[in-house]
Amino acid sequence: MTLLLLLAVLDGLAYAALVFMVAVGLTLVFGVLRVLNVAHGSFFAIGAYVAATLGTAAAATAAAPVLALPVLLIAAILVGGVLGPLVEKLLLSRIYVKDHVLQLLVTFALFMILEDVQKLIWGVQPIFQDAAVKALGPVEVGDIVYTRYQLFLLPGVAATTLVGLMWFLRRTLTGRVIVAVTQDREAATAMGIDAQRVYLLTFTFGTMLAALGGALASPTSSLVPGVGVNMIVLSFAVVATAGLGQIEGAALTALLIGLGRSVAVYFAPEFEVVIPYIIMVLVLLVRPYGIFGSPELRRV
Amino acid sequence: MRLTRRAALQAAAAAPLASPFILPRNAVAQQKPSELRLGISTFLSGPASVFGVPGRNAADLIIEQFNSSGGIGGVPLRSVVIDEAPGVDFLLGECRRLAQNEGVDMMLASISSGSCLAVAPLAEQLRMPTILWDCGTQRIFEENSYRYSVRTQANAVPEIVAPLLYLMRVKPDFRTLAVVNQDYAWGRDSWAIWKAAMDAIKPGVRVVAELFPRFGATDFSTEITRLQALRPDVILSTSWGGELDTFVRQAAERRLFERSTFVLPLAESSLERVGRTLPEGVIVGARGDHWFLHPTARDGELLKNFTQSYRQRFNLYPIYPTFHMAQALYGMKAGYEKAIAANGGSWPSREQVMDTMRGLEFQHLTGTMKIRDDGQGLEPMLMGVTRHVEAYNFPVLDQMILYPPDLTMNPTGTKGLDWVRLLTPAAVQRAPAPIAYRA
Repeated sequence: MTLLLLLAVLDGLAYAALVFMVAVGLTLVFGVLRVLNVAHGSFFAIGAYVAATLGTAAAATAAAPVLALPVLLIAAILVGGVLGPLVEKLLLSRIYVKDHVLQLLVTFALFMILEDVQKLIWGVQPIFQDAAVKALGPVEVGDIVYTRYQLFLLPGVAATTLVGLMWFLRRTLTGRVIVAVTQDREAATAMGIDAQRVYLLTFTFGTMLAALGGALASPTSSLVPGVGVNMIVLSFAVVATAGLGQIEGAALTALLIGLGRSVAVYFAPEFEVVIPYIIMVLVLLVRPYGIFGSPELRRV
Repeated sequence: MRLTRRAALQAAAAAPLASPFILPRNAVAQQKPSELRLGISTFLSGPASVFGVPGRNAADLIIEQFNSSGGIGGVPLRSVVIDEAPGVDFLLGECRRLAQNEGVDMMLASISSGSCLAVAPLAEQLRMPTILWDCGTQRIFEENSYRYSVRTQANAVPEIVAPLLYLMRVKPDFRTLAVVNQDYAWGRDSWAIWKAAMDAIKPGVRVVAELFPRFGATDFSTEITRLQALRPDVILSTSWGGELDTFVRQAAERRLFERSTFVLPLAESSLERVGRTLPEGVIVGARGDHWFLHPTARDGELLKNFTQSYRQRFNLYPIYPTFHMAQALYGMKAGYEKAIAANGGSWPSREQVMDTMRGLEFQHLTGTMKIRDDGQGLEPMLMGVTRHVEAYNFPVLDQMILYPPDLTMNPTGTKGLDWVRLLTPAAVQRAPAPIAYRA
């Protein structure tokens, strides 16, 4: 029993790490820009596809094992650095003051467009590139074979992202500026802060996080059309459960969902699919604004 | 009753309009059309497009080949393709549009069983000749009788019974089994068929885990850990597409193949993609009597030319949806040609075509198949075990067995799920001898 629980925890941690990487970008963007970005799932998918493409190119070189891991980060930076500013400048900056419903519709339309763009570029056949997993190799826990990628790298990157993000927002000038704009845009602007620039920076960073989530998922998953849909649905569940804009909440919720899912696979497999949503419903029944959320006063 | 001049004139005016409805349709003379329009529903988006797009590609290729040799009865074919991914309601709307606005003469539907279950009744309403080209559910012709629909392939019952018979042949002493299927209709239904058949043929097998990950799942690491801990003799998965590829790769990375015998009834469609990650000794099915290295048809010109043309254009080997599409088109062509001949060379009515298709026996890329009187197609089931060879950078099938329909398919008028409960161990011995892969 103890061994089974340990195995469930190890599996849950790896899954939670991936979920967190995607959800944290979504919650960061909402926290600052107040836009629920449905296209976040597309950034995840494109990050995964670009990582797989770069990984395949790197695999053909002599330095393949050394490049296997850096290409994941490079893919995320590329996707975030190109798509983030493009989408923010051309689309989002025009709808910040509009109704949330319109924002949802615009980002949903973008999501649909990017889904087709993925099919145009990468086709519909599943794509798989697992050089990063192979580079790190397997490891045995008792009698069970795990991959080092799953057991160490994924949770490690997620933990580093969480700590790094908290440090950045609380300890650096740029981070404090972002927090200031989040709390009161008008006051921050009056103090001389360029809110538009903060929005651009945050959205680009959020896009990079989604792309990094996709890039990290790519070595263990086959990439098929619609891969972004599943992740965005789960991310919304995480963000809603955590409380919109709550980074620590996203980490805790991702952990709850990851552990809940893996425990379900071991002890009640029929609940595996619904566990994230059962957790969401239970939390929202008790705390309608999420675990870390709080009611927001409407300004008249 | 007195016949007035007005009544006589009204009757004369109404007669041409009324006659098609009064007379049986097959008595109405059919004019040879300038083209034969085919509506094809398939997945062009979403995860199932891994099957839908190869199916569409095969249709394009074969229709071109048919047209270059005179079409059907001298009539060229033209296809209109619709995406079934948005769902059944959308698909039904599109089918109506194709029938009523586009003047489609025949529908080729669909990949999803849910789509076929909805399209067949609509075909009756619209009197639209329909060939069910890929969907697997056995319920369609078991629960209803349709005049306007036939299926040019087998169904889920033989697709699941054949892998079980093959497993019983190569590993008859297995005692424990785990299943990892997608959590949707096919995953659940295929497991129900397997379980019922296994309980009949080999009672006492302990099912140690029934795992149904979310449809579209991209991570199976928890399931794999669980399976490593349980160590079942056999692991069954009827998954397909990207999910099967992911499961295979994650299982290979974690050496699960070394501990259990895998049975993957749909893995023929994944062989080229997963490559040598899939080890030797895995039991693989092809969902029918087809594979590009089919043991009895591989040297035939028809299959060789098709494989070559398909590879040349799409840079991939054909997989089972391409063969299913080929079966539908070859079946349709054979049906029309037989109906034209029976009609004295005149173009047949829709009803004549559909009546001819029942009982039709026709040649396709890898052999011949028959359509039963209830509309259900009968074809052997190709099973094999993976083997790595130099000629291909992915596994090929070895020790292939072509299970005949009378061993794996329930007879007309019976329900597949009831019929598999009557199977006996004798069925295992009645299978033909295996055919080894030859270079």
